Amino acid sequence: MNINLKHEIPLTLGEARPVKYEVRLKGELTEELVRELSELKGEPEWMLNLRLRALEWFHKLPMPKWVRGVEELDLSRLVLYSKPKGSLATEWGDVPPEIRRYYEALGIPEQEAKLLSGINATFGSESIYSKLRDSLRSKGVIMMPTEEAVRKYPELVRKYFGRVFPYTDHKFAALHTAFWSGGAFVYVPPNVRIDQPLEALFLIGSPLEGQFEHTLIIAGENSYLNFIEACAAPRYSGESFHDGMVEIYAHRGATVKFTTIQNWSKNVINFGNKRAILEEGARVDWMIGSLGSKVSYEYPMSVMKGAGSSSQAIMVSIAKGPYIKDGGAKMIHAAPNTKSRIVSKSISGDGGLTIYRGLIKVLRRAANSFAHAECDSLILDNSSQSFTYPHNQVDEPTSTVIHEATAGRLGEEQLFYLLSRGLSEAEAKSLAVMGFLDDLLIQLPFEYANILRSVIEVEFSRLGGVG
Amino acid sequence: MMLLKVVDLHVEVAGVEVLKGVSLDVREGEIHALMGPNGSGKSTLAYTILGREGYLVKSGDILFEGRSVLGLSTDERARLGIFLALQEPPQIPGLRLSPFLNAIINKRLCRKELNKLPPPQVLAEVGKALQAVGLSRPHLSRELNMGFSGGEKKRSELLQAILLKPKLLILDEPDSGLDADGVKAVARIINSFKQEGKGVLLITHYARLLKHVPPDEVTVLYRGKVAVRGGPEIAERIDSEGYSFLNGSVGKDEH
Ligand SMILES: Nc1ncnc2c1ncn2[C@@H]1O[C@H](COP(=O)(O)OP(=O)(O)O)[C@@H](O)[C@H]1O
Ligand SMILES: [Mg+2]
Repeated sequence: MNINLKHEIPLTLGEARPVKYEVRLKGELTEELVRELSELKGEPEWMLNLRLRALEWFHKLPMPKWVRGVEELDLSRLVLYSKPKGSLATEWGDVPPEIRRYYEALGIPEQEAKLLSGINATFGSESIYSKLRDSLRSKGVIMMPTEEAVRKYPELVRKYFGRVFPYTDHKFAALHTAFWSGGAFVYVPPNVRIDQPLEALFLIGSPLEGQFEHTLIIAGENSYLNFIEACAAPRYSGESFHDGMVEIYAHRGATVKFTTIQNWSKNVINFGNKRAILEEGARVDWMIGSLGSKVSYEYPMSVMKGAGSSSQAIMVSIAKGPYIKDGGAKMIHAAPNTKSRIVSKSISGDGGLTIYRGLIKVLRRAANSFAHAECDSLILDNSSQSFTYPHNQVDEPTSTVIHEATAGRLGEEQLFYLLSRGLSEAEAKSLAVMGFLDDLLIQLPFEYANILRSVIEVEFSRLGGVG
Repeated sequence: MMLLKVVDLHVEVAGVEVLKGVSLDVREGEIHALMGPNGSGKSTLAYTILGREGYLVKSGDILFEGRSVLGLSTDERARLGIFLALQEPPQIPGLRLSPFLNAIINKRLCRKELNKLPPPQVLAEVGKALQAVGLSRPHLSRELNMGFSGGEKKRSELLQAILLKPKLLILDEPDSGLDADGVKAVARIINSFKQEGKGVLLITHYARLLKHVPPDEVTVLYRGKVAVRGGPEIAERIDSEGYSFLNGSVGKDEH
């Protein structure tokens, strides 16, 4: 409870400013459109074929049953590919000023200098800035725009791309794979440890745009990395659509800590498709802050394929206002002695809706596995809702699966109580929210906890440096 | 000086008239006992004084230090110096007693950052107050009213009452669920409030507590009206006879 905000992090990008684009693709979702995109990117044949197969599946697959709140989304009205003017920069000075200003508003150049090992910034559909410290490059670490990796390291990329998260999974995974563009490729060689995080930033600068960035992380044996993904958008009228994908392959003994700070503006519909495969003794930790956007779906999945691998998912979702946060982690125990932990905390207020859908699956061969899930929800008023649909499928008798759930409502009685102590309504709610999240915040890395705190302060009025 | 003046108050709750013309005064340094059988409207009066949502004042007035508070929100009334210790304080999951106390103390001190540690002298007060109400440090890290016994909830209410330094205390059955020692501790605190010159509206169903807290005035509510008003002798009568004497006495408001 004693962390002070050292520097204020601006959390909104304000109104959108005009940006110059070189290419904008839109229209019916046809084979021709996919071919045009692939040609623009100068891709190898196998990638084009992958896209085309995914497009077929997109048209074939039904709308998932769990989708709600995206009825207005008309994909044929969206710009499916947009390339801002200018070429990939390695100096901020080379980024067009109207775009650079957004990153400066987020404090990225300073963060990069102080904290980051590498950085990739995707604006619209293309990486506009990408950099990796020389010291890491010389150790064989790769971080570059995913399409550049497709050209430079085709064998490496081909081995993993689309293998962790198959496009057949659901309609929006297929759509993503057909139109993917942008995102970061990361390869960490065996036994290399990267302490300072790598970061990918995703911005959508204009309304009615689709962003389909693809992040692929390959962690070599016994390597260690810390990856932060941050999403933001300025305000505009008209909705945009983010349907990104993250694939992580953690080789034997590797550790990957993956953090998402999803703070899209309230006109973005967000699908986060995230999945990891873990080999023997590997560890993948997801930390997902689902803070912004109009409707957001976020279901990180860990497939514990190797014995003794383990995974953790910590999720914080806030739906304040007429917004929907639909999320939950999926833990697949496919080998003996695997371990997983899910902690989900959701807050809904002012008509917001939070939904938790979790899955713990323990296969027959996963002897002595252990899974623990805890999902707590806090509902701040009578107009807001929260639903929890945990699902456990346990086929291994020697495993232990524990699920705990709590739901608390800050009803009239509780609010009256807090007000009768002299607190304003906003202060009372802020206090209840901070109390609710506190056990979790103290477990999180400093920078991450800070950002969460700041968002909460903005959303629930100021309690001062809450925490 | 007059702290609280309730004037011919008519209050409707969920479409039902629960208070039907109640008048009552509390002065500084005075303990005014509000008694009456269950359901007579004691808690309703307390909530209405704090402006709780759903407690509609149909007519009459509530004056605090000579000014009507009817137009003020609950938190504004609290910040004027009115404190209500609830009969059944609600559980607030996740919110621990310690940060909660910090926040309400900082609010009283008009500090901007409610999560900051209060100044050292105030922290010393917290330690003393804990002792006075019979709670210990480990209680501070418990979630508010969660897993508190009935008695611990009452003690926590009094702890807040001490730390918020209000001018008027409305204590809604502060003794229910307490053992004999607990009742004595509560009585000691209420008497010290009186000595400090605060006004106390002491709501109690039984006369037990009043043996240790001699009231200056006793009002008995019955079916939403003042049935009897007088001195400590009324409490003694209730102690020996119960409320049976009230039958038929409604309306004999000697106000
Ligand atoms: N929220 C409510 N909805 C309906 N009736 C209520 C409500 N609160 C109180 N009442 C009614 O008002 C009357 C007085 O209740 P209360 O003030 O709690 O009495 P006391 O505190 O003297 O026991 C009771 O008849 C009770 O049923
Ligand atoms: Mg009562």
